Amino acid sequence: MSTTVEQPADFKFSAENKKKLKGIFAKYPKGREASAVMPLLDLAQRQHQGWLPRAAMDHVAELVGLAPMRVYEVATFYTMYNLAPIGENHLQVCTNLPCWLRGSDEVMGTCKKKLGIDVGETTEDGKFSLSEMECLGACVNAPMMQINDDYYEDLDEASTAALLDTLQSGGTPTPGPQNSRKGCEPEGELTSLKDSKGKADA
Amino acid sequence: MPKLTIDGIEVDVEAGLTVLQACESIGIEIPRFCYHERLTIAGNCRMCLVEMERAPKPVASCAMPVGEGMVITTNSPAVKKMRQGVMELLLINHPLDCPICDQGGECDLQDQAVGYGLDRSRFMEDKRSVKDKTFGPLIRAMMTRCIHCTRCIRFSTEIAGVPEMGATGRGEHMEVGTYIEKALTSELSGNMIDLCPVGALTSNPYAFNARPWELKKTESIDVMDAVGAAIRVDTKGPEVMRVLPRLNEDVNEEWISDKTRFACDGLKRQRLDTPYVRRDGKLEAASWDEAFAAISAKVKDMDGSKFAAIVGDMACAESMTALKDLTEALGSRNIECRQDGAKLDASCRGAYLFNSTIAGIEEADACLIIGSNPRVEAPIINARLRKRYLMGGFPAAMIGENVDLTFSCENLGAGTDTLKEIAAGKHAFSKILKKAERPMLILGQGALMRSDGAAVLAMARQIAEDNGMISDDWNGFNVLHTAAARVGGLDLGLVSGGVDSILDGCSSGAIDTVYLLGADEIDTDKLGNAFVIYQGHHGDVGAHRADVILPGAAYTEKNATYVNTEGRVQRARLAVFPIGEAREDWTIIRALSGVLGLTLPYDNLDQVRQRMLDINPVFGGDDQQTGGAWGDFGKAGSLDGGGFASPIINFHMTDPISRASETMAQCVEALLGEDKGKTGTDG
Ligand code: SF4
Ligand code: FES
Ligand code: FES
Repeated sequence: MSTTVEQPADFKFSAENKKKLKGIFAKYPKGREASAVMPLLDLAQRQHQGWLPRAAMDHVAELVGLAPMRVYEVATFYTMYNLAPIGENHLQVCTNLPCWLRGSDEVMGTCKKKLGIDVGETTEDGKFSLSEMECLGACVNAPMMQINDDYYEDLDEASTAALLDTLQSGGTPTPGPQNSRKGCEPEGELTSLKDSKGKADA
Repeated sequence: MPKLTIDGIEVDVEAGLTVLQACESIGIEIPRFCYHERLTIAGNCRMCLVEMERAPKPVASCAMPVGEGMVITTNSPAVKKMRQGVMELLLINHPLDCPICDQGGECDLQDQAVGYGLDRSRFMEDKRSVKDKTFGPLIRAMMTRCIHCTRCIRFSTEIAGVPEMGATGRGEHMEVGTYIEKALTSELSGNMIDLCPVGALTSNPYAFNARPWELKKTESIDVMDAVGAAIRVDTKGPEVMRVLPRLNEDVNEEWISDKTRFACDGLKRQRLDTPYVRRDGKLEAASWDEAFAAISAKVKDMDGSKFAAIVGDMACAESMTALKDLTEALGSRNIECRQDGAKLDASCRGAYLFNSTIAGIEEADACLIIGSNPRVEAPIINARLRKRYLMGGFPAAMIGENVDLTFSCENLGAGTDTLKEIAAGKHAFSKILKKAERPMLILGQGALMRSDGAAVLAMARQIAEDNGMISDDWNGFNVLHTAAARVGGLDLGLVSGGVDSILDGCSSGAIDTVYLLGADEIDTDKLGNAFVIYQGHHGDVGAHRADVILPGAAYTEKNATYVNTEGRVQRARLAVFPIGEAREDWTIIRALSGVLGLTLPYDNLDQVRQRMLDINPVFGGDDQQTGGAWGDFGKAGSLDGGGFASPIINFHMTDPISRASETMAQCVEALLGEDKGKTGTDG
């Protein structure tokens, strides 16, 4: 657990994020500041290279007026909060049934092979971390993975490898389907609702 | 009042109760793990399932409010099967290690497994295990045994008000702990051991020392502070193994402080087990006869006015009575129970009691704390204040050091300046007090130990009178004592010119013999060349300075009377015999009186208690709080300025027993280490 991780002694929000705090708190009624705990943790995580050190959780606790323990509970409950350092690109490969039927093994295998890491590990250069995810709700474009905030869909071995190469060289691949599909429309041409096409576009 | 039928029995119960409580009211026991009547309802263990008519599924009786016309079944085969099912689930990840578990013999899980458990496990997979956690020197954790009832979490959050416990992770990975692995800082943490229904949290100092069925249980009273919590002393042979709380709704409910619970190992260390006499500057073991002879040689024909006695914090009323009588027989009136120099006024009883009573705190609707830190001086009273705070509508403020009392309590100022403003009715908080129907104030020893203590006392009385704290059915003037012996001493009238005048007399030579009855909290350097007789149970400060030491009994070793800060007369009971040559304290003084030719007129405990009754009729009320008369006490005068400071700097070491306790020493160390690591963000 994160208790074995080397922890920074201090955490403060940057000037820019401090401005955002106001906007976040404004969303909640007065006296209910504690509700802001999750967006604040998210903000802190984004500021701190994608993971939440204890000092950040303590700081958030202070800001929202909760006991630190209550914040630890939230942060450990949700897997989206990382409590240990994480790679620059967090590869979150879905391996649930639809993705698996559509070849998530291939996607996962490619990541492992190309990066030389296993699930839960980070490459030595700190560029990639690999995680296994439960259904991310994009089964219609299975198999897929989430990299940081974006979804990359309709993957196969080649497109996964291409993604990793782009990231490796510092580029940003275009999110969405990595084959010829547009959104979640069928590959090739429409197979249903053909008549309504014009209307839908209007 | 809803009427419901439970197992065919019709009952009327109060609205708002739960089905579980309704069942209990007619003597039907419902098994439970997470439910506890003093904690919020969690409803997460499911052991309390019952059948409810027209409900498709079993209901958790602890979380189901009673309703008109409900039909509940608790004894059907289906209910039994449900309980068996829940039990099987609870045991899936439980290590079943009763033979090496300290909870064995007093474990809810073990008991209920006998009732509802299967005789073998059907679970073939790997059991979950949890890395052990550290909670500091008091609690030993074996978290693999935890069944996630969250009682400990709710206790620390709700009752103790120090929310350090929590559940991290989720699902199968949920773990109960502090997450950051630090020693718990609550003064009440030990109660979690009692609350934990399994062996996940057990007592660390008591680990692997005894099984519950080997212990002799004695119901007694605690003397580590002036609260007088009800305790049970568990002993094995001549040894006190542990101290547990007993139920007393009026005083401690079912909690005790960590000092009450864990300082008992101090009873085994640094004990005085034989008389000593100082010969050529060195204390040497002696017989009782030799010790008495040494005293007799000094005291026999002396001028009575040169004799003085100081009574310590843990003295029982019996020994104080005997010492008072002996002092008077010697021709002296110089006996003093206020060893900390507090300017308490014994002229009327209302002047030194916690008049509202502890349970009465729940009726108060505003509180002003003056020169006291109840969290360390009386954690149990602090818990009651917090309980009142949680009920809502309880504005509280303090004058003194700005400390965290675990409930919202505004700091108005450090000392006398603020007090004057309140007394003049000019402070904003005066308005709140004025408006309240049952306001109370708590006056700590920190405000009275000062040289202007009598004036502070008078001013506090004036504040009480001016703000409607004193009426026919309410007395909100509360003195919070720190010593178990103090109220008893005041009730017996053990007040003379104050401890300072005795010490000054010693320095100047006006007094040449001092009898210390367990008095260790004084500056012994000031005893000058006086001949010092020390009677007590520990080789502490007083004994080191003594010329003759008479070994007495600790509170677990005698039948003795103590009066708590409310004025409640309670009896401690002998659980083990005094060690070695030590004797019950009043008998020592009685024996000495014989040697001096001043034989005191009592030969047994009943006669001593009769004598106490003659001195003050309050001693007749066993376990009763008798209110105090009100009067014109204190001495108006000028105040010295400056701030009030609590006399207790170190909660874990306040008296000869806790100072001798290794466990308490470990606590001090653990918490000091904590301070060093502090980042400054935690209050
Ligand atoms: S440690 Fe004990 S009291 Fe706390 S949740 Fe686990 S079983 Fe319940
Ligand atoms: S199964 Fe992969 S996104 Fe739903
Ligand atoms: S006692 Fe009812 S759910 Fe635990």
